[in-house]
Amino acid sequence: MTTAPHRARADTAFLAALFVFLGLYVALIVAMLVADASFTSPADLWEAIRSDEIQSAAVLSLVTATLSAILSVWFAVPIGYVMTRFSFRGRALLDAVLDIPIVLPPMVIGLSLLILFSTPIGRAIESVVPITYQKPSIVLAQFAVACAFAVRTMIVTFQQIDVRHEHVALTVGCSRGQAFRHVVLPQVRRGMLSAFLLAWARALGEFGPILVFSGAMRMRTEVLPTTVFLELSVGRIDAAVAVSLLMVAAALIVLWIGRSFGLGRIGQ
Amino acid sequence: MSILLDKVSIRAGDFGVDGLTMDISTGSYAVLMGRTGCGKTTLIETLCGLRPLAGGRIVLCGTDVSELRPADRGIGYVPQDGALFPTMTVHDQIAFPLRIRKLAPDAIESRVSELSSLLGLSKLLDRLPAGLSGGERQRTALGRALSFHPRVLLLDEPLSALDDETREEVHGVLSDINRHTSVTTLHITHNRADTEALADVVHILSPSGIDPSDP
Repeated sequence: MTTAPHRARADTAFLAALFVFLGLYVALIVAMLVADASFTSPADLWEAIRSDEIQSAAVLSLVTATLSAILSVWFAVPIGYVMTRFSFRGRALLDAVLDIPIVLPPMVIGLSLLILFSTPIGRAIESVVPITYQKPSIVLAQFAVACAFAVRTMIVTFQQIDVRHEHVALTVGCSRGQAFRHVVLPQVRRGMLSAFLLAWARALGEFGPILVFSGAMRMRTEVLPTTVFLELSVGRIDAAVAVSLLMVAAALIVLWIGRSFGLGRIGQ
Repeated sequence: MSILLDKVSIRAGDFGVDGLTMDISTGSYAVLMGRTGCGKTTLIETLCGLRPLAGGRIVLCGTDVSELRPADRGIGYVPQDGALFPTMTVHDQIAFPLRIRKLAPDAIESRVSELSSLLGLSKLLDRLPAGLSGGERQRTALGRALSFHPRVLLLDEPLSALDDETREEVHGVLSDINRHTSVTTLHITHNRADTEALADVVHILSPSGIDPSDP
């Protein structure tokens, strides 16, 4: 028979087990960051940041990730609204399609983009705007993945908005567009910021698709993850770690912005 | 006649009712009673044009609105718990239908001040819904529904979330509105106290249709 002291001991053991898992994982995350930081010195870091290649990669990374994140939110807002407010045939299928970029191996996305732009339609586009192995390919590769995350965020956001607000807006004289603009959009601003930050962080870290679709040309299509790869491949671990720390700093800033706007977890 | 339902059919998933007929005369306060799950909210949403009409006709103040969009029906709709817009102040909720209609700012301000004094909201105009009590929310929702001089007022269990004291306070407000504006009102509820306090006429909604009852 279970006695009270026995139950108390079992509860303590259960809670202890929960905290062991939490502690182990947090320890792994912190240990990785500490290891990075202790591997390099401020002098090495400064040396790396001063190099023309890394500066150019950092600027290109910031510009492309920001463009990709803006584009992602621009698409994710209408897509999320359609997916939460309208029921139609094939909706479940469409919902699954929207998750493909999340589950597909990143390299495959790069390869698929490369092949897409070698088809007749792709070549027709290329004849007007050169994309493959050019800077626009970086934005497209980042957008292809980051948008899927922004869409997920916006779907969750719109699901939390009571549809009766729109119903009332329609009865007081709004068109559907006016109800969306004046009643729905002001309620999803935080969700949009969350989607933007998540997309931005994904885009900044995107590597596989960019390597395949944009190449790894120094000073031309080199973004920060490409720099890490190039520096590692020639054995310059110091520089690779320095660039990694730059990206860690960018990620922490994103987290901090998200928290300071009271978003809770980014992506929700 | 002000609200006329002529052999109205409604459908919502597996639920459906046919042959709903009801006639409410201008300026009267009608209460439609029915048990939970008998389709009260579905009927209101159909009247508002938020659900397609499966059959029959809806005529408001002589205009057949069966095919009109919700925005063109001229219905002041107050759903359960008000469904106030969370990002707008009390002032902006009441002004919103008038801004959408592009009324002059002076006209909007005078209507907002007229309604806020009728509804006892004058001191709350800068508040957001999160800072309002249950009764204040319902009065704000009434202000928003009345601001554009609707043909009729439709209330879907507007008092169900309120405590007894607040309920009586809002009863008073609803009687005042009916007296001051003479707007024809259809109030849906399952609560006898609301019916006794407010109704000029009472109808009962049941699976077989709508029947008149003694108030």
